[in-house]
Amino acid sequence: MSAASDTVVDVRDVHYGVAGRSIFSGLDLTVRRGRITAIMGPSGTGKTTLLRLITGQIQAGRGEVRVWGENFSTLGLREIYRLRRRMGMLFQNGALLTDLSVFENVAFPVRAHSDLPESLLRRLVLMKLQAVGLRGAASLMPTELSGGMARRVALARAIVMDPELLIYDEPFVGLDPISLGVILRLIRQMNETLGITSIVVSHDVKELSAIAHDSYLLSQGGVVASGSPMELVQSGSEIVRQFMSGAADGPVPFHYPAADYREQLLAEGGR
Amino acid sequence: MSRRSLAESPPAVALRRIGAVALFLVRILGQCLPALRQPQLLVRQLYNAGARSLVIIMLSGLFVGMVLGLQGFDLLQRFGSEDALGVAAALSLLKELGPVVTSLLFAGRAGTALTSEIGLMRATDQLTAMQMMAVDPMRRVVAPRFLGGVIAMPLLAAIFSGLGLFGAHLVGVQLMGVDAGSFWSQTQGAVKLEDVSEGITKSLVFGVAVSLIAVYEGYHATPTAEGVGLATTRTVVASSVLTLLLDYVLTAMFL
Repeated sequence: MSAASDTVVDVRDVHYGVAGRSIFSGLDLTVRRGRITAIMGPSGTGKTTLLRLITGQIQAGRGEVRVWGENFSTLGLREIYRLRRRMGMLFQNGALLTDLSVFENVAFPVRAHSDLPESLLRRLVLMKLQAVGLRGAASLMPTELSGGMARRVALARAIVMDPELLIYDEPFVGLDPISLGVILRLIRQMNETLGITSIVVSHDVKELSAIAHDSYLLSQGGVVASGSPMELVQSGSEIVRQFMSGAADGPVPFHYPAADYREQLLAEGGR
Repeated sequence: MSRRSLAESPPAVALRRIGAVALFLVRILGQCLPALRQPQLLVRQLYNAGARSLVIIMLSGLFVGMVLGLQGFDLLQRFGSEDALGVAAALSLLKELGPVVTSLLFAGRAGTALTSEIGLMRATDQLTAMQMMAVDPMRRVVAPRFLGGVIAMPLLAAIFSGLGLFGAHLVGVQLMGVDAGSFWSQTQGAVKLEDVSEGITKSLVFGVAVSLIAVYEGYHATPTAEGVGLATTRTVVASSVLTLLLDYVLTAMFL
């Protein structure tokens, strides 16, 4: 398979800023078919912004984002929606529709995009819920679910249309070790059994290293390191070592830029 | 004044906001027909905006009518025309109080619910999740809620006026002793179709205005607890002021 046809997401020389603050300045990144790609980086480096660029929610100021070869900046809303039907996304908080039951949440995209008979739809939804271990929770409302359960339901909803690309935004945040293990296993399962290309955005180095094939470390507006998780761990770069080992201070400073500490404490009045 | 400060001046900001709301209305109207193809969504919003507002509308209508009965009787008996109480109450309710008070109550009851619901959907990524599932939230969330409000308002105003007239009858006829025959016959004779259509037009216009402001504020709310709270407050303030302003304009047009 050629490199071009193997590429699902291609980000080239992307510049993006918000309110005068630059987030990306020349970002390059490739996601290949059938692989789990980890996007890591300290908080505030634009990981979620990158996902929004990849899904066409925002447009790059300069450079181009191509998904399956199509450039988002040249597409209308209808074309963007057509591409999104081939994607699934797992949000940090699940983003379940609170006025619908678990069953209806999973059925939602199917109802919106097909006229599947009710009996078939029921079987499909139950199969997806079974895959995430929550078939028994089909009749519950989202408010009755724990954080981990909500994320599993959201995962069932994300895969119900059999997407080719699955995007996970911080899937491990706030989970207990058991739920975390379950989500980790599910991400790997989706990739191995269904061959789904996956992008996982997270800063949980240990968890990601266990499942990712490729990884990118974002910082200072671009990619500072890429390769397999093992290559990142063995990297000689100071910033990569700081991130992978979780050191408080280093190239990424612990302190937010501020005036001199001593001067500020001794100054009278003001802040 | 520099170009930048001119662009940030209050009239320029207000003008931009009106323009943004008008464009939002155009987007909603474009989604109304597709939204009508999902009648279950519309019925649900009619229930939320209409049926759930019934108690407050009915109680308010009854009490406003009873006050009208008392005040009207007190005023009219000074001129010996207490038989005209029915006409006075019916015209006040149909042309003014029905549409206006219903609109104010509707903004407080259903408008705030719409804004906070859509605002919280924004804050919890539900709207983004829909967009990611290739479902347009304008069609699935905004248009049915807007239509539900627009349809519910005239119905609620009619119920308000009906209960109000009953309240006026209760006080005027049952309590103050106005002749029931004169009360109803004078009402029947004096109220014209134009009066009824004026009330319906007003309540329809108020329904569009309040529902539009409510869904606009919710959809554009800052996705934080404070942002949703502020958006809800803006809905009540803007809807109430706009209702009274539009009432003056419409009354002037109908005269």
